[in-house]
Parts: sequence; C-alpha cells; structure tokens
Amino acid sequence: MTTLTDPPKSTFRVSQLIYDTRYRSLTFQVIAFILLSVAIGYLAKNLGANLRDQGLSISFGFLGVPAGYDINQRLIEYTSQSTNLRAAFVGILNTLLVAFLACATATVFGVVAGVLRLSNNWLVSKLMAFYVEIFRNIPVLIWIIIIFTIMTAVMPSPREFRGDDATASMFLGISAFTNRGIYIPMPYFENGFGGSVDWLIVIASLIGSFFATRFMSKRASAIQEATGVRPATLASNLAIWFVPLIVLSLVMGLTFEIPALKGFNFGGGIKVGGPLIAIWFALSIYTGAFIAENVRAGILAVSKGQTEAASALGLRPRRVMSLVILPQALRVIIPPLISNYLNITKNSSLAILVGYADVTATLGGITLNQTGRAIECVLLLMLFYLVVSLLISAVINVYNNAIKLKER
Amino acid sequence: MKKTLILGALTLAGLAATAASAATVDDVKARGKLNCGVTTGLVGFAAPDANGVWEGFDVGVCRAVAAAVLGDGNAVEFVPTTGKTRFTALASGEIDMLARNTTWTFSRDVDLKFEFTGVNYYDGQGFMVPKALGVSSAKDLDGATVCIQTGTTTELNLADFFRANNISYEPVPIETNAEAQQQYLAGACDVYTTDASGLAATRATFEAPGDHVLLPEIISKEPLGPLVRHGDNNWGDIVRWTFNALVTAEELGVTSANLAEMSAGSNNPEINRLLGTEGNLGEMLGLSADWAKNAIGVAGNYGEIFDANIGEATSIGLSRGLNAQWKDGGLMYSPPFR
Amino acid sequence: MSDSSKNSIAFVRTEVLPELPPPSNATGAVRWMRDNLFATPGNSVLTIAAILVIYIVLSATVPWMINGIWNSDSLSQCREILDGQSGACFAVLAERWNQLLFGFTYPKDIYWRPGLAFVLLFVAVAPVLFFDLPRKLLLFTAVYPFIAFYLIWGGSVMVPLVALAGFVAGAIVFLRLIKNSFAVSAFGALVAAIVVWYAGGFLIPEAEITEGAMRSIPSRDLGGFMLNMMLGVTCVSLSLPIGIALALGRQSSMPFIKMVCVVFIEFVRGVPLITLLFVASVMLSYFFPPEATVDLFLRVVIMITLFSAAYIAEVIRGGLAALPKGQYEAGDSLGLDYAQSMRLIILPQALKISIPGIVNVAVGLFKDTTLVSVISMFDLVGMIRGPILASTEWNGVYWELFLFAAVLFFVVCYGISQYSQWLERRLATDHR
Repeated sequence: MTTLTDPPKSTFRVSQLIYDTRYRSLTFQVIAFILLSVAIGYLAKNLGANLRDQGLSISFGFLGVPAGYDINQRLIEYTSQSTNLRAAFVGILNTLLVAFLACATATVFGVVAGVLRLSNNWLVSKLMAFYVEIFRNIPVLIWIIIIFTIMTAVMPSPREFRGDDATASMFLGISAFTNRGIYIPMPYFENGFGGSVDWLIVIASLIGSFFATRFMSKRASAIQEATGVRPATLASNLAIWFVPLIVLSLVMGLTFEIPALKGFNFGGGIKVGGPLIAIWFALSIYTGAFIAENVRAGILAVSKGQTEAASALGLRPRRVMSLVILPQALRVIIPPLISNYLNITKNSSLAILVGYADVTATLGGITLNQTGRAIECVLLLMLFYLVVSLLISAVINVYNNAIKLKER
Repeated sequence: MKKTLILGALTLAGLAATAASAATVDDVKARGKLNCGVTTGLVGFAAPDANGVWEGFDVGVCRAVAAAVLGDGNAVEFVPTTGKTRFTALASGEIDMLARNTTWTFSRDVDLKFEFTGVNYYDGQGFMVPKALGVSSAKDLDGATVCIQTGTTTELNLADFFRANNISYEPVPIETNAEAQQQYLAGACDVYTTDASGLAATRATFEAPGDHVLLPEIISKEPLGPLVRHGDNNWGDIVRWTFNALVTAEELGVTSANLAEMSAGSNNPEINRLLGTEGNLGEMLGLSADWAKNAIGVAGNYGEIFDANIGEATSIGLSRGLNAQWKDGGLMYSPPFR
Repeated sequence: MSDSSKNSIAFVRTEVLPELPPPSNATGAVRWMRDNLFATPGNSVLTIAAILVIYIVLSATVPWMINGIWNSDSLSQCREILDGQSGACFAVLAERWNQLLFGFTYPKDIYWRPGLAFVLLFVAVAPVLFFDLPRKLLLFTAVYPFIAFYLIWGGSVMVPLVALAGFVAGAIVFLRLIKNSFAVSAFGALVAAIVVWYAGGFLIPEAEITEGAMRSIPSRDLGGFMLNMMLGVTCVSLSLPIGIALALGRQSSMPFIKMVCVVFIEFVRGVPLITLLFVASVMLSYFFPPEATVDLFLRVVIMITLFSAAYIAEVIRGGLAALPKGQYEAGDSLGLDYAQSMRLIILPQALKISIPGIVNVAVGLFKDTTLVSVISMFDLVGMIRGPILASTEWNGVYWELFLFAAVLFFVVCYGISQYSQWLERRLATDHR
C-alpha cells in the first residue's frame, strides 16, 4: 500500500521503508494514519452498535423544544417557555460574565498580593505568602464550597432586615448586603427619552470626552515640542470629562432608585445575585494566588543590573519602573496571566456548586437531566469551552509574537 | 463469548465486566451479584450507614430483587448515581436496575427507552417554609427565593406551578440535599422545594424541626419507581413481580414474622401460589419456586420496609397516605398472583 | 613610630575602646520592628491592617477550635454538650475518619493494605525524586505499580505477576534488538509482551478470591482520600510517557503526526476537566464494545490521564524548546539516529529542566481529582457531600469536614511544592 504512494524504483527494497530516511517518515505516517483510522472506526462502530441496541439516536431536536425551567440570572430575555437552545445561551452569557468579572478582580488581587509579598514589611509579606500558599494548595472545589458556605452563614438574610427589632440594617440607608445578593441604588433618568436611549446618550458623551481629552493632550505635546513648555491640561481634562455628564444628568433628571424590602426580598435598585458573587469571589481569590506568584516571579526576573543601568542613565525612580522594569516584567508576567484567565474560564464550570446558572448548569445540567440527551449536551458543552479557549489562545499567540525579542 | 484482547486484559484485572448479553437475569446469575443504581445519599431512601451498609426504602427493593434472583438479599452491588449519570448507567448496562427515586414520566418511558416496573412510592413536590414567615399557602409565595434540589422533575414542576398561578419567584438550583438545606437554614432562600418525602426527611434532621412547616400544596405527581432497560421483558417481569410480591404479601398478611409458618402451606391458595408451595409461578419467571419467599424474607413485606425506613416510627415520620394498601384507601394495588 | 610624636602629644590612647551597645531603640526587637514593620507611614498602616485581619480571623476560629468536641455520637448531641456556645464538633472526624480516608465500603479489616501501599509509595518515588539515592532502587519503583495494584485490589496474585512478566519480556526483547533499529525493537517488545499476556491469561484462576486477607476488592469500593491519592498517582505516572510522546510528536517533522498531536493537545487543554469527567460518566460507555461495561474508575482514569498528558506534553515541549540547537546538531553529527539522539542526548536534558513544571502539573491534577465527586464517585469531597452530610447523625456539619479535607490536601500539595522549589534550586546549574 505504501509503495503506491511512492512509485517503485528499480533498486527499491522493502527494507528501505524502515531504514532509508527518505521513506521512513512516510512509512511511519501511513502506519499512524491506518492505526488512527482503525481506532476511530472501532469506536464509531461500538457507538453505532450501542445506540442501535438501545434504540437511541443522536439528534439535536431537543434544542428547539421549550426548556421548561427558570433561570435566576438572565442577561437576555428568557422564560420557562423559551427553548433549550436559549437556555444554553443564557448560560453561555452567564459563564462569560463571571469569567470576565473574575479575570478582572483576580488580576487586582494577584498584583496586590504579588507586590506586597515582596514588600519589606515582614508581617505583610508573610501574610501574603500565607494567602498564596493556602489558596494554591487546596482544591478550588473545596474553596468554592467553603466560600459559599461562609457567605450564606455570615451575611444577614433579608428576613433580618424586617421588623422593629431588625438585627441587620442597610448600609448608609441605600444599599443592602444580604446572603441573597447585594442591592445597590439604580440610577435612572426621570425626564429622559426612556429606556436605553438615555444610556446611549451618556455613553456617546463619554466617548466624545475621551476623544476630546486625546486631542487636548496631543495639542499639549505639540506645544511642548514647539516651545518646550507643556501647558497644564489637568483642569481642562477634568472639565471635559465631568461637565457634559453633570449637564446631562441635570437636563434629564438623574435620580436613584433605592432598594427597599418588598415581600420576601429587596426590590428596586440593582441586584447582584449571591451565587454570582460567591463564584466570582471564589474564582478571583483562588486564581489571584496564582497570579500573585506570576507577578512576583516577573518582578524578580528583571535583573538588578537593569535598575542600576537605568539609574545610571539619570532616570528617576518612577521612570525606571515604567520604562525599564515594567516592560520587561510584563513580558514574563503576561503569558502565564492569560493562561490563568483560561483557567478561570474553565473553573467557572463549577458554578453549579453555588447555584449559579452558567452553561454547565443549564446545558450540561438541567437540560441534560431533563432531556436525557447526554451525548449531545456534553458535546455542545465541550465545543463551547473549546471555542472560548482557542480564542484566548489566539490572543496569547498574537501577543507573544508581538513582544518576542527581535533577534538581529 | 468472544472478547477483544484489551477487554480481556481489563476483565482479568477486574476493571471491566462483560455484561448485557441477551438476558440480564443470566448476567446477574453468572455474576452472583445484582448491580443496583441508587442515589448518592438520601436518608430513608438510600444512604450508607456508619458502617457503610446501604439502607433505605429504595435499597429494600434492590435487596428483594437480589433475593428473588440469587436467594441472597446481600448479593447487591450498590452503584451510587447522580441525576446526570443514572440513565446512562442503566442504558449502558453498568447497572441492571435503577431504584433511585426516579419519576415515571412519558418521555423517560418512551423517548429514553426505559421500562418502569411499578411505583414503590407515590410522591409529590412540596414546599417547606420557616414558620416565622407566616405563609400558609404556596400561592402566597410571590417574589420568594426558592431553593431547588436539582435532578428530578423538580425544576419543571416549579416553573409550571408559578407560571400557572401567575406569580414570580427566584430559583436557586442546588445539587445536593445537604447544601440546599444549609442555604435554606441560613435564610438564603425563603422556600425549599423537592419531593414531599425528601422535605420530611430533611426537616427531621433540623435542630428545631418545629420551626418549619410543609405547605399543603403538592404541586406535582411524582410516581417513583424502579426501572429497567427496554427490550428485556423477562428481566422487567422479574423486577415488576418481585415488587408486586412485596405488596401482595402485605395485602395477604404475610410478614417476615410469619413467613416460615406461611410457607409451610396455608389455606389461602393465593398465599400458597405466592410462596411457591402451589403452582409454578417461579418457574414461569425462570426463578426458583421460593423466589417470592426469599424476597419477602429479606426485610419483610412492603409495609414492613416502609415502616422500617420512612414510616411514622422513624425520624422521617412519613404516614402511608397514598402509599397505603388499596383496601385502606391507598394506591398500592398489586395484580393477582395466579 | 618615633619618640618625638610620643613626647609632643600629651595623651595617646593605646588600647581600643570597648564597643558600646547601640541605643536601645536601635537594637533587638525594637530595631527589628522599626525596620520590618514600621519603616514608613505607609508600612505602618499596612502592618496595623494586617494585625487587624489576623485578629479578626483568629478571634473567630480559635475559640471555636478550642471548644471543639471530640466525643459524641451525633451533631445534636454535640449541640447539647456545647449548650449554645460556639464550638466545633470534631466528633464527626473521630467517628468517620476511616470513611474519609478509605471510603465507606472498603472493608475495615484490610485497611492495612492501602496503608502499606501508601508507605511503599514513598520508597518507590524516592529514587525518582532524589538523584543521590542508589540507582538500584529504581528497580523497586518499576515493580511498585504491580505491588500496589495487588495490595489495593487484591485477588489473584497471578494478575499483577502476568502483567509484570509481559513488561519484563518486552524489555528483554527491546534490549536485545535495540542494536538493529529502534522501530524494530519497539515492535518486537510489543509483540513479546502481548504473547506473554495472552499466554499468562490462562494461568489466572477464573474464580474470584472473596475470603481472606488478600481478597479481591471491586474498584467501586475504593473511596475517600485514598481514591484521590490513587487517581493522582496513577494518572500522573501513566500520563508521563504519553506526554513525552505527544511532546515529541508535536515537534516532529512528520506533518500528519504533528497535526494529530496538536489537535489532541489543544482539544484537551481547551475544555474543563469536568466536561471530560462527564464524558467518562455519561458518554464513554457508549464507545466500548456492547458486550462489556468498563468500570467507572477505569473510565475516569482514562480521561484524567489524557487530560494530564496534554498538560505534561506542553511542559516538556517547553523543555525541548529551551535546549540550545547545538544539542540537536551534536546528536546528528555523532551519527545518532532520531531515537538514539532523543534517548541519549535530548530527553535527559529536556526532562531535567521540565521537572518543576511537571511537578506543578502533578499538584494541579491532584487537586483536580476532587472533581470526581461531581460524577458520583465518593472521593474525600464526595464522601463529605454524599454519605456523611446525608446521614441523620451528621447532617449539618460543614466546617469541620471541609477543614479536614483542606488540611489533608494542603499537607500533600505544600509538601510537593516545597520539594519542587528545592529541586529548582538544586537544578539551577547555570551561572548567575
């Protein structure tokens, strides 16, 4: 069979397939291909036989039928009459939301802990070392459960806000921290144009301010180039940012809806659900410990000579940090940082432990339970995570290529 | 039997088993053990005790079937399953029967190709609330936060109920009963909903059970029963009639106490047929003549199993209700043994 | 020194003054605190904040731990004894420690078997972890998997013996033929091993051993922390060779093999372990021949092994990439073929630099074995969330149990990571 792919020569001997480097790699690949095909064929045959025996079939029809269950946190419109597919999308958005939030806060935790661990304050550096070690060496599953249990046990329930002898009170009278979530005042416009139009106007004004400040700083740089003196831009920048906002809120009548106890729960205001907070916090503090180690390693990786060389050039300490140390440390910090982001996304699949409806809980949980379509659900679930991971990996690769040491 | 090399090696190492030949009963007999799927732990229904011995109401059914087929109620390998894994475990032949409070529904029976062999417990989904909340009906629960134990048809019933009554709620799906209970007790949800039997079992373990009430509404029909794979009718018959034997035994007054005496022969021909002293019912099933006697001998008849595991004398304290004999106004009605 | 200077100056001290002690605020504890705790105002604020945090945590936990009750039959009895005070109910650990460690169905009278396997594990890994030990100990490492299998699962001693004989036969054939060609010898070794296994299969008694000290234990009965340890150790050691093969495959110049390896690695690294465990629990049984069911334990081992193999492959790829190109060229110029240069030159160096990375993967994987509790296996976390919290006596005990689990994992993982740091220092042979 292999000889067909290579036209036989007059001097060809079979043993050349193994001993001749010209043919050997081809032989191996053909053998590998045959083995792989046989293995896949064997598994496919078993799958077919098993399904036939049990009279089952692979079909994705269940995605189109009503899901029948409710989800507590929905970023898009969803009722129990929506389809399973829509439930999966609600879950996907929830996964992405918690992954995004946790990545942001984990970075903050990690950078703070990593820097403080290098601090010359003995107590603080030991405390941070303790934090890093204890979170890195205990499974995330245990941490999620512990944090969720602590949260529900320590925070007051809405019940405790009720009555004359209430044991809990609202923070400053405008926000409530309960074990079902955090309720904060919601801004809205009394005489605006209604709905999202108001917010679009606000966003547009912010974008306008952004470009205006950029223009101002460019102009300042141009003046500096020409005259050597940089005009003060702080006051004008502040004005550009805040004046339009203040005008807008006055014109449209900005007011806040204060959360208040209604029935069983707080109503009004913006609610950040307890499950979201629990999984968000657990993932950030867990991954923060790993990021702290990356940050520490990154800072330590920049050799002392760099600092000294920069100082010798007459750079001030702040400039040494921003122009010499940080760019080099970031080269070390960022690749593992992104792979930690990847881990957060993957670990968010444990959200069901705290009752958060991510995609593993909707598509891979309740939908799977109720329809019994295990193979289809698990395949779709893996596909989703794979796509997200590949996207993040692509970002890593682009970044790595961008910062690669250009060797000449 | 033809075995592939890898599989043969695995079997030798005890990590794989050949199974699911034409007849499940032959596999069970060859293996000498019944593989029975149960929950990962629900007090009263199936939970291992301090010594690791499984006990409970569902466990009783497993043991009875094992005794009927193998003559030994302890020849059972209990396979803990979750809501996710139970159907695959049964479909793939990992377990021979599933006795894990599983609701008999149309789609499970028809679409997922399983055969429900009876109903060992008529349940319904209920609500538990703290007494201090002052709620007397589930219809007052508008806007409440509801902890749901996922896994059965709970989520769907709940959605239907609130939708039908046009009231809103906030679901918090929780995987295990222990965690849901912790959430409920900490006040993270106002209501805990799952099968009424589960609620009673959970409340029994509270520090102050009296501070919590079960609401009168039962919002769903939950006929829980053992199930087997479609297509092996003989095995289905064995499981079905073993369970029926337990029910019939209670109806006819056969208990573990008088079993030996009854099986010596009695004046009631139905008892004689049941216990194998008359007729050849066991032979028809492909079992020994005393199959039903063995099944009853493990832990007594249906009523005795009920009373020992979840009855009023236990800490769970469920009354018979719908699960009483038909003569007493319940739904337990076994077809005749003849 | 001249006389004149002696005379011109009235007084010259001839002996050195004794050193005075430093001022009291620049010595001892005060000095240390000034340097390390209150160096700057910002630092002082941090210190005070840290002290506050420590106080809050300790004041909540210490009385609770000190008040702990070790002797009681159930949580309600604990509550009675505590009588409203805050205190732990450690009695659950005293009563259920065996279930937490070994699972609830592993027979009590043969706990010594996994215990012995655990102790022998240290002997087996010691020569791998510490290079100074005599190399002959590696022989025990090679035999250890079979001993451990026999100890934990029991049953006929012929099973591990035949398996071992197959490997030995394979190794002998491999060493005999290695002079000809790597491919031929590897193939020959495989054939020899299969022949021995096949023939040996007839030696194994059909009946299971159900009595006595070495009776066979079905893998469903494994549980508790033992299950975590077993999954961790088995999967890491199985995934090492697979990971090496994948890493080499990914570096290979053969496009088809490279593609297969890349697809596999990226796929496995792209999905959460939990979905792979779902595959093991709800999908994998459809891919086995219809006439067989494969143990959940084995299915989980397969999936976790593949998972960790992909991660280890990436670590080893890093090690391969870090080697200077000269090493590859040196191998070629010596006239070594691919297998020889890998075996003798590249891999020993690449593996050496990869060890810390591999240890990190191993720790991560060991922690991830707790995820099997989600698919109804009763590992340490599964035991807690399942049977123990579901039991009437201990329903409601959370902190004590999870604290116990956390401590166990911390001890093992911290130990391994300390080893890894020691190793890193030890392997730092470059000049700084």
